[in-house]
Formats: sequence, structure tokens, C-alpha cells
Amino acid sequence: MLAEAPKSSRGFVPWLFLGPALLILALFTFYPIVCGVALAFTEFSLLRHTQEGELVPPLFVGLQNFARLWVDPYFWKALLNSVKYLAVVPVIQILSIAIAVLVDKPFHGRELFRTAFYIPVITSVVVVGITWGWVFRSDGLANYLLSLVGIGKIGFLTDPDFALWSIMFVTLWQGLGYYMILYLAGLQSIPTELEEAARLDGASGWDVFWQVTVPMLKPTVALCTIISCISAVKVFGEIFVMTPQGGPNQSTLTMVYYIYQKGFEDFDMGYSAAIALVLAGVVGIVSWVNVRYFRDGGLNSYG
Amino acid sequence: MVNSALRWAVLLALAALCLGPFLFLLSTSLEGGDVFALNSLVDLLPNQPTYSAYREVFEKLPELPDFFKSTAILCLGGVVFELVLASLAAYPLARMEFRGKNAIMGALLATMMLPAQANIIVNFITIRGLGLFDTLTAVLLPSAVTVFGVFLMRQAFLIVPKDLEDAARMDGAGEWYIFWHVMLPLTRPALGTLALFSFVSHWNSFMWPLVVLEDKTKYPLSVGLSYMANAFDSNFRLVAAGSILSMLPIVVMFLLMQKQFIRGITAGAVK
Repeated sequence: MLAEAPKSSRGFVPWLFLGPALLILALFTFYPIVCGVALAFTEFSLLRHTQEGELVPPLFVGLQNFARLWVDPYFWKALLNSVKYLAVVPVIQILSIAIAVLVDKPFHGRELFRTAFYIPVITSVVVVGITWGWVFRSDGLANYLLSLVGIGKIGFLTDPDFALWSIMFVTLWQGLGYYMILYLAGLQSIPTELEEAARLDGASGWDVFWQVTVPMLKPTVALCTIISCISAVKVFGEIFVMTPQGGPNQSTLTMVYYIYQKGFEDFDMGYSAAIALVLAGVVGIVSWVNVRYFRDGGLNSYG
Repeated sequence: MVNSALRWAVLLALAALCLGPFLFLLSTSLEGGDVFALNSLVDLLPNQPTYSAYREVFEKLPELPDFFKSTAILCLGGVVFELVLASLAAYPLARMEFRGKNAIMGALLATMMLPAQANIIVNFITIRGLGLFDTLTAVLLPSAVTVFGVFLMRQAFLIVPKDLEDAARMDGAGEWYIFWHVMLPLTRPALGTLALFSFVSHWNSFMWPLVVLEDKTKYPLSVGLSYMANAFDSNFRLVAAGSILSMLPIVVMFLLMQKQFIRGITAGAVK
């Protein structure tokens, strides 16, 4: 019976298939996790060399990096800003659900609108950053439009009270189309009979939306929330392009940007690895909260 | 009626919000006069329209063709690596029973939530250690295969009917023959989705190439543009022209293959 090829004879065959991918993943995904944790407890600078010109190897320093983090105001700023960034998450869900509902049912021009809403998503964050950077200039389009309604100039990217929010707006703007697509897939998976039945029972369009559509969208909301939380915590490109150096008064410093500054401007790898470890922890907590919240039916509050 | 008018007003306003910035970018690139002289809405249109910025940008930034070349190499190379490595790895995970399979699946799943940025420090040190700093190989290698790709392909292999495999086995086909001639052709839609997904993520990748590349001629478009935006700080027309040029390939690709793009995103999110 060839069809029942004895499994043991395949012994090494699976590993031949897996080998190349596992090698890459081991080196660039698994190893960095283990090594990154270790590195966070060392002092290691890419700028420090021995007299022979070799790099001084990482030196174990225990919790010293974390003690430094504890008293580093920039680290706290970065952490706080990354947490603030999560404010994008609920807004993006509500708006993209609304947009998805608007372009769900067929009408003339529907595809054109979907395309228009999706263009920002496929555009490079650098182009987006450059463009919005100009829109937000003091003599830019945003301030001009505000002046039309009699509002004075706002330093969108130069005022420490505004800079982070302005960049969050850009992240929101760029992400809407992406979540719209996911919510459209979610809307399509709702059996039409459910909505029709509710209508036959005399429910208004509004009621159908709140009582049928939204609860049925719950799995999609859970998915989109977790994706957008993680992308909010790892935001980098927008910050780098729109407010180099972390913005006015370091007001747009985020975790990943700080990792970049410490690692690739100061080459302080041990310290940077310590920040990365905190980042991994934050992502872990955010994911865990998400899973808990959605499993316990946290959306009932608006279902 | 009122409802429908309101709906159209909202849709049009949203479309303007989504496309407006790009039209503003386009208008800036064609501007012949003063860029930021907004005294009336008419000033949003180019005052003395000219294409000259599109010529000038190649003169002032001789590396611009290199940016395109690097991006092309990275995107195509990235797609090929991802398709080959992910489908190879996914095949045994979907269709074979072997010791250690569960451990591998678990390990792969566990890393999916972890942000790549948390690995960037160690990967940078590894790349330097391998002597690959400032090479395109360095940009490609860490994302040559992704856990997402492996899972997507595994899903595709899982739904291939067992009968097909059994029939081939009856005919004495070996494991490689089955993979290449029976399985892979049946997963073509998944391969297409993965190819597009991988293409777009390489196209937009920014932080990693920014960190491992030094030589300007190796910059992909994303890093090159951000360099250009700094270097030509006040020459908005050139930066705008460069930005528009860099957008063209991906936007055209999207317009031609919207269906596949959409399938890619949906698959990408559901993992």
C-alpha cells in the first residue's frame, strides 16, 4: 500500500522542506528574541573599540539599563506617547465601520469610492508624511482652510500640544481604507436573512444596524482592534518623516522612535534593547487585554 | 431623497479628504510660481503649470533611478524568496505528520504577535556580524520568509483533497513530485495573494532599509524619498515630483489588480 507510506520512513523529508525557512526564521526571528532579552542586561556600544580595533563585547550589567530607563524622562515620554497613540484605535473602528456601511450596498460609483478610500493605504508612509507635513505647515493648506472659518494659525507640527495629535490624525487617515476593507468583508459575511427578518419585524434601519449588524460584526471588530493596537504601538515612519528628532520638545517621541534614536543614532545597543524589551511587553499586554476583553463580551456595552 | 443627498455629500467629502492631499502634491509638482502662497482656493492649482520639476528632479538627484532599481530588486527578490520558502515550509506542516510539528507550529504562532521592531537591534548586530551591512541582501534576508506567509500557504495546502495526493502516491510519485506537480498548481490563488502582499510590504518597508543601508545608490524609494525631503528641504516642487513618480508604479498596479489586492488584505488580516 503505497498510499499509506509509512510515516517513519518520511523521517527527515519534512525537515528538507522546512529547512531553508527555519534557518531564516531561527536567525532573524527566534534568535533576536532570546538574544534581545540577554542584550537588555548588558552594556554594548557599537562605537566603543579595544586598542586592537575590535568592538568591546557586551558587558553584563544586570538591571542597570532598566534603572536608567526608570529615571529617563524621554523614555517615560515615549511610553506615554505610545499609550496616547492607542486613542487612534476606537476612532478608526467607528469611522471605518461607518465608511464600510456607506459603500457596502451596490450603487453607481461604489467601486470608485472604494478605490479612492484605499489609495492612502497603498501609498508609502514617506510620501504620506511629506505631503501631510506640507499640509500642516504654518503657511500650509490646513491653516489656510482654518483661516477661511476664522480660526488663527495652529502649529500642527511645531506646537508640542498639537504635534502628536496631528501625526495620529495622519495615521488614522492612512488606515481608514484598510479597516474599511476588513469591515466590508465582515459585513458580507452577515447573512442577509438576519437583517431582512429584523426589517419584517418592523425594525427601523437604525435599529437593524445596532441590533443586528454591529453584534454580528463583533469578530471583525476584535480583529481590527488588535491589528490597529499593535500598529499604533509600533508607529515609526510618520514620526520620522514629519517630526525629525522627535518633534518640538520631544513631544512626538514614541517607543519605536526612541529605540531608533538610542540604537541607530547613539549606537547604545544594550539600552536600546532594554527599550525594545519594554515594547515587547507593552505589545504583549495590549494583545492580552484585547483577547480578554473580546472573549468576555466587552462589546455588549454597545451591542 | 434627503438621505441619499446626505449620503453622497458624505461620500464626496471623504473622497476629497482621501485624495485631496495627493492632488495637492500633484499640483505642487506642477507649480511654476510660488508654492506656498495660499491667498485663495485658486492658488491650490498650479499658477504657471510646468513639467520642469520632473526633469529637474533627475538632474538634481542623480540617484533617483537607483532608488527605483533597488525597490524593484527588493520587491521582486522578496516575492520570490517568500513564495519559495513559505510554500516549501508550509507543505509538511499541512500534509505530513512528523515529530516536532506541533512544537514548530507553536513557536511560529507565538512570534506572530511580536513586532519586528523589537528584533531590529539584534538583527542589525547579526547583519553586521555577517559582513552584510550596507547590502541589499541585508535588507531582504530577515524578511525572506514570514510566519504569515507560511501560515497562508499552509491553509492553502490543507484544503487540497486527500484523494489527489493518494492517487499520485499510488502512481509511485515521490514527495517532491507531489509537492511540485500536484499541490503547488492547486494553490495558485494563494501564491498570487502572498506575492502581492509581499510585494506591497517590501515596497513600503522603511525602518529596516533605513537602518542597514548607508550608500545612497542602494536606497529603495521609501528611504530615498525621505533623504530627498531632507536634502531638498525647500525645493518643494522637486520633492513633490519625486513623490508622485514614486507613487505611480504601485498605484497603477493597484488599479489594475484591485480584486487581488483586496483578497490579499483580507487574507493578511485573518492570518
